[in-house]
Order: sequence, then structure tokens, then C-alpha cells
Amino acid sequence: MGQSTNSDASVRELIAFRVGRQEFCINVMAVREIRGWTVATALPRSPRYVRGVINLRGAVLPIVELAVRLGLPSNEPSARNVIIVVQIAHQQIGLLVDAVSDILTAKDSNIQPTPDVSSDLVKTFVKGLLPVDGRMISLISLDHVLPQGEMEAA
Amino acid sequence: MSTTVLTVDDSRAMRDMLRHSLLAAGFRVLQAEDGLHGLEVLETERPDVIVTDINMPRMDGFGFIEAVRRDETRRSTPVLVLTTEVDAEKKNRARAAGATGWIVKPFDPIKLVEAIRRVAA
Amino acid sequence: MDPMAAIRETFFQECEEQLAELEAGLILMESGAAEAETVNAVFRAVHSIKGGAGIFALDALVRFAHVFETALDQVRSGTLATGPGVMNLLLRAADVLADLVRAARDNGAVDETRTAALVVEFTQISNLGHEPPPPPKSQPAAAAPVPAWQISFTPTPPLYAKANETALLLRELRRLGPIEVTVDTTNLPELSEMDPEGAYLTWNITLEADCAEQAIRNVFEFVEDDCHLEITAATPAEPSLKPGDVITGDNGFSFEFFPPPVFDEEEPLAPPEPEHHEPPPAPVAKQSPVEVMAAKAESAAAVSATIRVDLDRVDRMIDLVGELVINEAMLSQRVLEAGIARASGVAMALEELEHLTREIQDSVMAIRAQPVRSVFQRMPRLVREVAAQTGKQARLVTEGEGTEVDKTVIERIADPLTHMIRNAIDHGLESPEKRLAAGKPAEGLVRLTALHRSGRIVLEVSDDGAGINRARVKEKAIENGLISPDAALTDDEIDNLIFLPGFSTASTVSDISGRGVGMDVVRQSVAALGGRISISSRPGHGSTFTLSLPLTLAVLDGMVISARGHTLIIPLGAIVETLKPKAADVFPLDGEINVIRLRGGYVPMVDVAASLGYSDEFVEPDQSVALLVEGEGGVRAVLLADAIHGQRQVVIKSLEANYRAVPGIAAATVMGDGRVALILDVDAVVKTTRSELSRPEPSVLEAH
Repeated sequence: MGQSTNSDASVRELIAFRVGRQEFCINVMAVREIRGWTVATALPRSPRYVRGVINLRGAVLPIVELAVRLGLPSNEPSARNVIIVVQIAHQQIGLLVDAVSDILTAKDSNIQPTPDVSSDLVKTFVKGLLPVDGRMISLISLDHVLPQGEMEAA
Repeated sequence: MSTTVLTVDDSRAMRDMLRHSLLAAGFRVLQAEDGLHGLEVLETERPDVIVTDINMPRMDGFGFIEAVRRDETRRSTPVLVLTTEVDAEKKNRARAAGATGWIVKPFDPIKLVEAIRRVAA
Repeated sequence: MDPMAAIRETFFQECEEQLAELEAGLILMESGAAEAETVNAVFRAVHSIKGGAGIFALDALVRFAHVFETALDQVRSGTLATGPGVMNLLLRAADVLADLVRAARDNGAVDETRTAALVVEFTQISNLGHEPPPPPKSQPAAAAPVPAWQISFTPTPPLYAKANETALLLRELRRLGPIEVTVDTTNLPELSEMDPEGAYLTWNITLEADCAEQAIRNVFEFVEDDCHLEITAATPAEPSLKPGDVITGDNGFSFEFFPPPVFDEEEPLAPPEPEHHEPPPAPVAKQSPVEVMAAKAESAAAVSATIRVDLDRVDRMIDLVGELVINEAMLSQRVLEAGIARASGVAMALEELEHLTREIQDSVMAIRAQPVRSVFQRMPRLVREVAAQTGKQARLVTEGEGTEVDKTVIERIADPLTHMIRNAIDHGLESPEKRLAAGKPAEGLVRLTALHRSGRIVLEVSDDGAGINRARVKEKAIENGLISPDAALTDDEIDNLIFLPGFSTASTVSDISGRGVGMDVVRQSVAALGGRISISSRPGHGSTFTLSLPLTLAVLDGMVISARGHTLIIPLGAIVETLKPKAADVFPLDGEINVIRLRGGYVPMVDVAASLGYSDEFVEPDQSVALLVEGEGGVRAVLLADAIHGQRQVVIKSLEANYRAVPGIAAATVMGDGRVALILDVDAVVKTTRSELSRPEPSVLEAH
């Protein structure tokens, strides 16, 4: 985190995490905190990927099960799971992931373009691919984690 | 040290206006909401000039000026009275109470500062 | 924000406070209960508005406020008696002043003929001028500036008593041009005869300046009555003074420029000149009897210091205290789970903590609390206007203005109260003729009362009018298809029909109550605040509307229930009663909806878990608990749940802040175990089953 103020705009710090067998990463600047899993209160008539809401020091925080959001199989969360609290515009949401795997520093030039595939989910979320030690980490965008138009609803 | 001015006025808008004008002129500004409050401020502060309104709740400007003039350690402080219009009777009462001078409202910030400068040592 | 714009905003805020004070004071004066301080406060209110309006050059406002103020000054000094005619004029002037303030604020227009007419009235009662006095005419300037002036200046003791200083006057003169000063000490007495606060010196000044005499007189403006001043044209003198120059008097008295004027060290050195001596002012200025009384009233009035705090800060604190309460509850639960004895030191300290926490919560909530006075103060004008429009005579009596309630509640009770009062005058009070014929005074009474009752605020609007015409109400309800012609209703039920949507008793929609808003809308807006409204009426004696509201919108009294494993909160205000349903009372209305027989009527049932989509299966009614709830417009339903866990006050949390509105859910809260529980939106849940069944309960169904 200490290097997040790096003035070189082409270098960014990323936080990598596992969802199922895949690895993803997001910009560390968007992350507010990382906490353990607690049982969420289900919300009626919500999309399947919204696990419900939890209490984050008095604020009601919606929890998005990233696996489901990205079209991967759902897993019943356990104490080993992690919630990454991220700030998107004026709202905070919790991303339910399997585990945080790495903190990376990447130059823009390291990030490979996403191949043109037909998957809408890939088009919506995957902004680039990052090769690290033989692994492939997908850089994802958080703008559309909650369905369009809803972020402004508040 | 910059000149300290105590303003005594029950109107928030007027207080804000006085503060704004006086700070802009480089004065240090103390503010009180009525005569009694003004006297409380004077217990711990020694302003160089006092600017007071006349019509105020609890203790009006006349009472306030008289109290200042009765106080051995404060009576040499110049007190300027804010009067809304040229009301000879009010001006005379303020003078009788011991006002040093007066400023006619609605005041022009330049004239306000000028009047303070005139009576400040 | 631009500082001037901010000050302007403050000014208009302050105007609203002054206008409220003005009106309250005038009403007190009208009732004859006014003390001298009331009159002073009324005067001050108008005076302050005028003063502020001057800053912003709001000329129309300044002009009218001046005329108004002058009249009030005459009232204050006792030269204008406050008979009914004058009081009426003053009250109308207050209304016009309010209009002028708002027009100035919103850059709007006012009815100028009304303003002008009032000014004429004021002129007639008190011989006032139409305009504020012109600014002081400066004295005619000297014919031609001369290059030099000879000034003779002899201060008298009052000059020093008022903290004026010769040195400063000389400094001021020097701004006009170089000066040369000599001191005449002829009148200096022997030291033994000297009055330490006397003034014995005459200063002769030669001013070398090409200025008008008036410019010199202006320098002495503040002291002209406390000195002898002679100004004559002279030939320039040499040399002029430079800063730091020392003036030396004939007898060795020296005077340096810019000395700190220390009053006590002033050394007067000459005997007073009898012909120049002015009697010093009396130590205390003479006060008029009114002012003496005012001074007493002022000293008697309780003084409470106030501070202004940003609302965000208070809300933040309320949030944090809410957290503290939750954390404390969690800690208690953990301690209990750990099997620590209740009598142990830990448990006892915890109890103490719980006590403190509740007290902090109450105190913090009290910060947002405000007296309902600000809303009550708007009502007298409304009563006057509605009475005038309807040709009725009405007097408003208010009680309990000091009753406190959360700021957000205050902001939202003004509208319902306005409607209730309009309604009381328009529909409640009879015309003066009818009242006289019924043996009542021509002037009707509208009473507005606020009080606290079991953790809620209760507002009552009562009138001494004719009461509800039940025959007419029933007829109207049948006409509008709200009840069937053979429905057997109690008097109370008939009275409360006026709250049904689409009900209006007035045969012609009047200008007053009929602004497209009926009592049903009032009831809905009250329900939205977690409140209830009811009416009781005695034919011939009048009606009373009773409005009860929670003291704050930040917390809610709720019933904790569980439905298929989900914990939910149902606002207590919506619950009419809890039931234990019997299978024999439940009937299917169609494939989806069951109704339950309840005291002869049928009420639709809603399975809470199913309606929220938590479950596809419907709970067996006799396996569940049931709550009879009432939503907007008095629409009722029976909610089915698995269990009731008791009542609880909860802190309301927004779902929208980080997510979005959820259908069927009003808000969320955090329970003692730290988990989020959802607060049911009773109206929405009731409505989902009611699209075809929008008839009111229970009357309609009873009549079937």
C-alpha cells in the first residue's frame, strides 16, 4: 500500500485473488479493507450473485458473490472465504472471493489485451490479462459488478 | 499585534457581515451576541475597539456601554455604536451612555473600518 | 460559497426566526398577556430585519420595515395604544413583512397595493412619514477651500469619559494635511484643585490643507458635543509636523504622537472653565418606565446559551451511538454465552455500561430534538387567512409549543397540521350567524395542542364547531361506493370514514380544504412518518383530530418476527393486533389468496416469507402466528409468520446508501448479534395482494 502513491501513472498496484480455479486482480486503490466471511442477510428479489447484506460498522454492505457474477460455479462460503470491501463511486460493496493471493505491481505494458471472445461476461468484466510467473491473472473492472443503473439508484 | 475589535450584535447576518469586513481589513475579531455576552467576553479579553448594536435582547447597547464605562479597567476602550438610521434621540442616548462614536447602518465596510481606525489607538 | 451569499443566506434564515418571533409576540400582545419585553422583542424583530435588509439594499423591505418599526416604536414608548384596530394592523403588517422577506429571498414579487395600503393605514394612525428619514444633510460646505485653517479645540470631560482621545483626533487631522499644535494651559488649576478626570487644555492647531471646513468638522464628528471647536481660515504656518514629532506646551507639557491612550494616566492640568463646563451625563441614563420593566423582564428571563452545529456532525454522532448500542448488546451476549455469572464483577460492570449507553443514546437523540414552536408559529396566520376566506371568525389557542421532537419530524408535521387546521375552520366551525343561533359565541375556537405520551408526540387539533354530521358522512360514503347502504357502523367508524381515499364531505369543493387534498392524504403522509391519525366528534360540540407520531425517524419501534429462518422487523405502528389463527377461520378466495374471518369480516392473508420470495411454499395458517396490520389508507391485511420474538427499538439503516431500494423492504437495521435484519415495508406487502381488493376494512366486508 505504501507504494500506491507512486507517481508513475503507468505503474499500478493490483490485488490478486482466487475465485474457484481462476485468478483475478483489481486496482488496489479501490480496496477499502479485507475481512473474513460473515453470514449475510438475504435480500428478497435480488440477483443470484447478491448474497445479501452484512453489517460493516453500522453501514449496510451488500455482498456480491464474485464467482456467480463472473459466471463460475457457486460455492457455499465458509470461514476460509474472504470479503474484499471495495469503493465504487459513492458506494461500498463487499466482494466474496475464495482468497487473496498476491499484491502485484504491474506496468501498463505488462497487461495483455483480452482476446476477442464472444462471452458477454468476459467483455463486461475482463479488462486485460496479466502473465505472472506462468499464471494468468485477469484484470477486472468493477464498474458493472452491480447491474447497470443501480449504482446511481441511491 | 493586530487591532482587536469586539462586535456585539444579536443578528447573525450582521455578525457575519462585521466579521467578514473586519477580518478582510486585518483586524482580529471577537464577537458577542448581546450586551451580557459582550461583558462576559470583556472579562477575559481586552479589545482595542468595541462595535455594538443598540437593540439587543438581555442587555441592550445602552446598558452595555454604561457597564463598560463603569468598569475601571475597560472604560478607556472606544465604543462605536451601530445605528440603523440617523436617529438623534438614539444617538444622544448612546452618547449619554458613553459611546465614543457611531456608525450608520447599513454600513459600508470601508466606512466601518475607517471609523474603527479613527478611534483605535 | 461566496461569503456575501452565505451572509445573505444567514440573513434570510434569521428573518424567518424574527418573523416567527414577531408573530408570536404580536399574538401575545393581542391577547393582552404581553409584557414590556414582548413589545421590545417585537420591535427588535422588525428592526433587525430592516438592518439586515439594508446591507443587501433590499429597498422595498427596508421602506416597509421602517414604517412598521416606527409604529412599533410608538407602541413601545406608549404613544400609540394597541387597541383591536391597531393590533389587527400590526398583524397584517407582519404578514406583509413576511411576504416581502420571501419575495426578496426568492426574487419574487409582492402585492404592492397591499403594502401601500398598509403604509397609508400606518400613516393615518400615527402620522408617520412614508419614507425613512433622509440621511443627514451635510452642513453646507464652506464657500471655497482655503489653504490653511486655524482650529481651536477645547475638550470637555465627557469627551474623555467616552474614550475619545485628543491624540487620535490630532492624528486624524494630520491625515488632511500637516499640522502645528500648541497647547494653551491658562486654565490649568493647581495640582491640589485638579479633578483627575477634568479637562483643562485648549489645543490650537494650524492645519495646512486645501480642504473644505466640513472635512475638518467630520474629524470632530464624534466629539462635537463634548468640546468647543472653532474653525477659521488662516494663513499657512510653518513648519509642519512629521511623525514622531513632539509637541511642547508653554509650561513644559509635552505630547508625542500616537501614544497609547491610557485613560487613567491622563493628566489634566488646568482648572475647569465655568462658561465652558458641560454638566457630565448622569451615570445611568434615564429610562422610560417601559424600559425599566423591560430590564426587569430581561433579567428574569431564563438565559440559555446555544450553539449551532452542522447537522451532519449530529447525524454522524447518532450513527456512532447506534453502533455503540449494538456493540454493547453484542458484548453482553458474548458475556452471557461465556457463562459468566450475572453477579460477577464483569456482568455488573456491563450492566452499568448498558445503562450509560442508553443514556448517551437518549441524550444524543435529544440534540436533534426541537420544540414544535416553529411549526405552531406558522398557524395563527393560517387561521386568520382561512377565517377571512370562509367568512368565519376563529381564534387559535396553542398549548405545548415547547414539546420537543426530532427535527426531521418537525419538518414533516407542518403539512398535516396545516390541513387539519384548515379542515377544522372550513368544515368544523359554523358561520358566525349559525353559532350565535346555537347559543355559541360568534368566534369559534381552534385549539392546537402538543404533548408527549408514551414515547410519542401527540398533536391535537380541536374545534368547538358543529361536530361531524354523521348522517351526511354516511350518505356521502354510500354515494361514493365506499360502504354499502346497509352497513352497520358505529359512530366512531362513521367519523373515521373521512380518512378514506376519495372521501370529501364538502358538497362543493371549497377553496380552502379542497386543494385536491383530502384527509386521506393527510392520513397517508402521517402513516409514512410512522404515525396515526384519528378523529373523535361530539355533535354540536366540535371535533378533535389526534395525531400521534414517533419522536424520531432515526429509530423505530418494531416487532421482531421470523419467517422461514429470516428475521424481519415489522413497524409497531402498523400492527393492529396479533392473532393465533384457527384453520376453521381461513378460506381460500382464489388459488393464491386466503382470507381469514375476523369479527364478522374477512381480511386477506399474506405469507410474509412467500411474499418476499424467500419460499414458494405457503405456511399452514394454524402453524403460524398472525399479525393484523394496517397500511396506507387504512387497508388491512393479516401477515403470517413463524414466530414473534418480541418488541424492540431499532436504529434505521439505509439500504440505498450502498445498494438500492428493495421491493417489500423499507430499510434495514443491525441486531444485537451484529447481523443485519430487514424492516418490512408493510404498505408494499399489503398492496401486493390488494390490487383487486382495494376496498377499505373492515366495514365493506362486514356489510357483505
